[in-house]
Amino acid sequence: MTETITASGMSPAIVALFIFVLACFIGYYVIWGVTPSLHTPLISLTNAISGIIIVGAILVTGSEGATSLEQGLGFVAVTLASINIFGGFAVTQRMLSMFRKKEK
Amino acid sequence: MLNANTLAIAYLISAALFILGLKGLTSPSTARRGNYLAMLGMALAIVATLFNPVVQNYSLIFTGLAIGAVIGIVVALKIDMKAMPQLVAAFHSLVGLTAVLVAIGTFTEHATSGLVDRIMLVELGVGSFIGAITFTGSLIAFGKLQGILSGNPVVFKGQHLLNLVLGLVALALVIQFSQNSGLTTLILITVIALALGFLLIIPIGGADMPVVISMLNSYSGWAAAATGFTLQNNALIVTGALVGFSGAILSFIMCRAMNRSFISVILGGFGGSDDEETTAMQAANQGVKSAAVEDLAFMIENANRLIIVPGYGMAVAQAQHALKELTDILNEKEIEVKFAIHPVAGRMPGHMNVLLAESDIPYDQVVEMEEINPEFSTTDVALVVGANDVTNPAAKTDKSSPIYGMPILDVEKAKYVFVIKRSMRPGYSGIENLLYFRDNCSMVFGDAKEVCEALVAELKNS
Repeated sequence: MTETITASGMSPAIVALFIFVLACFIGYYVIWGVTPSLHTPLISLTNAISGIIIVGAILVTGSEGATSLEQGLGFVAVTLASINIFGGFAVTQRMLSMFRKKEK
Repeated sequence: MLNANTLAIAYLISAALFILGLKGLTSPSTARRGNYLAMLGMALAIVATLFNPVVQNYSLIFTGLAIGAVIGIVVALKIDMKAMPQLVAAFHSLVGLTAVLVAIGTFTEHATSGLVDRIMLVELGVGSFIGAITFTGSLIAFGKLQGILSGNPVVFKGQHLLNLVLGLVALALVIQFSQNSGLTTLILITVIALALGFLLIIPIGGADMPVVISMLNSYSGWAAAATGFTLQNNALIVTGALVGFSGAILSFIMCRAMNRSFISVILGGFGGSDDEETTAMQAANQGVKSAAVEDLAFMIENANRLIIVPGYGMAVAQAQHALKELTDILNEKEIEVKFAIHPVAGRMPGHMNVLLAESDIPYDQVVEMEEINPEFSTTDVALVVGANDVTNPAAKTDKSSPIYGMPILDVEKAKYVFVIKRSMRPGYSGIENLLYFRDNCSMVFGDAKEVCEALVAELKNS
């Protein structure tokens, strides 16, 4: 990790905290808006997007100096996260396609 | 290859797409578009990461992605909707395990190049800790929902003290890890967290699963956020916060719907007692009326409006398709049908809505508790299918009742109430449902699916 100095002189950890707290507020307001009838799809969708952790798994696996043990750990992590992403989105799609309005 | 700023912009766009995706779930009409936006966000984040100059070796990554895609899509398309709670629990466990593996892998890679500072070590320790709890906790929840483990709470003496001690030890180890940066310490933290995940979920009974699932959903988000801190990756931080808050809010909604504190659910030990079953015969002696399917059919035919109250029993008996047929017949006869959903009906938030949607019941006929409660008093017939505690008027009248104060569906206000139930066995809370002793209430004993099918047949003949 290279030492980054932002113009304001904040350390990267504080910048991250800043983003985290603001994102919590966004989460709070967005999630309260979700209709209760879609709470199950909400769980499966959030589950799919928490697969974003695959970014970390890719960096571990693909990094130049990775030992074979690290590559192994990373490979398993990429696979698991990818099950989560593809499975999560697919099952959400399947559920949402079932929610229909009354015809007529 | 992309430079750091281009990567950051890509992650910013993908985080925005996730927010818009979740926002789509505000209404069923925009929900599918929301899901597509979230997919787009994910694709962008993955592609951008592949172009990160750090990434040099692609074969393993593509193999992992391909294997995961095949397994994930096959499972998602084959899974029975009834098994959604288990599937979600299983998926949460994967996020947890991934967080652990990423934390350990990141640590060893950075430790060899000497690029770890104290803050990063704390973040790694915390990331692995939350990941490990999510992993084993979700596995136990999966086992309970799948029926591999008993749904009853497992309680032993000193359980909470043990959890507290383990938590404190883990905390101390995280501090130690930030000083000594030893791999053994990190692994020890992880092992303790694995044990904690197990111990935290075993005392929680089956019907509290909506809270557990929401809570583990939340944990999986925090695990992603912690990983984001370690990697200084804003997409992970934002997404983790969104998911973490989503799960936390759902837990809150579920607890509120049971009038129980989050702490009391987490400490567990509630419900699950297997009392001996009282038969219909004994029920009659207690002053409970029982009715035949023919009586029920007659009352429904002469009603203007029917409200159906589904519960977990409907899911177990798989009665939703018979209910769809019932709805169709009554539509033909121009009798209005609505479904009343209690927030904690079923084993996960929104469980009933998905099962009813699966059997093609239009979502505008499915109404949430607060909206439908005022309608019971002007309804001719309320039909309870496999729900129990959420209809118990004791929650409003009996201060000594364990469910006192819990918001319930005002079923007893309907002109006539029919309850389809296999026996007089009490619900999850283990208490008698006072509704069954009301003058306007009759029991129809039998399997929910069989009774509903018989009811449909009866209505077809008339």
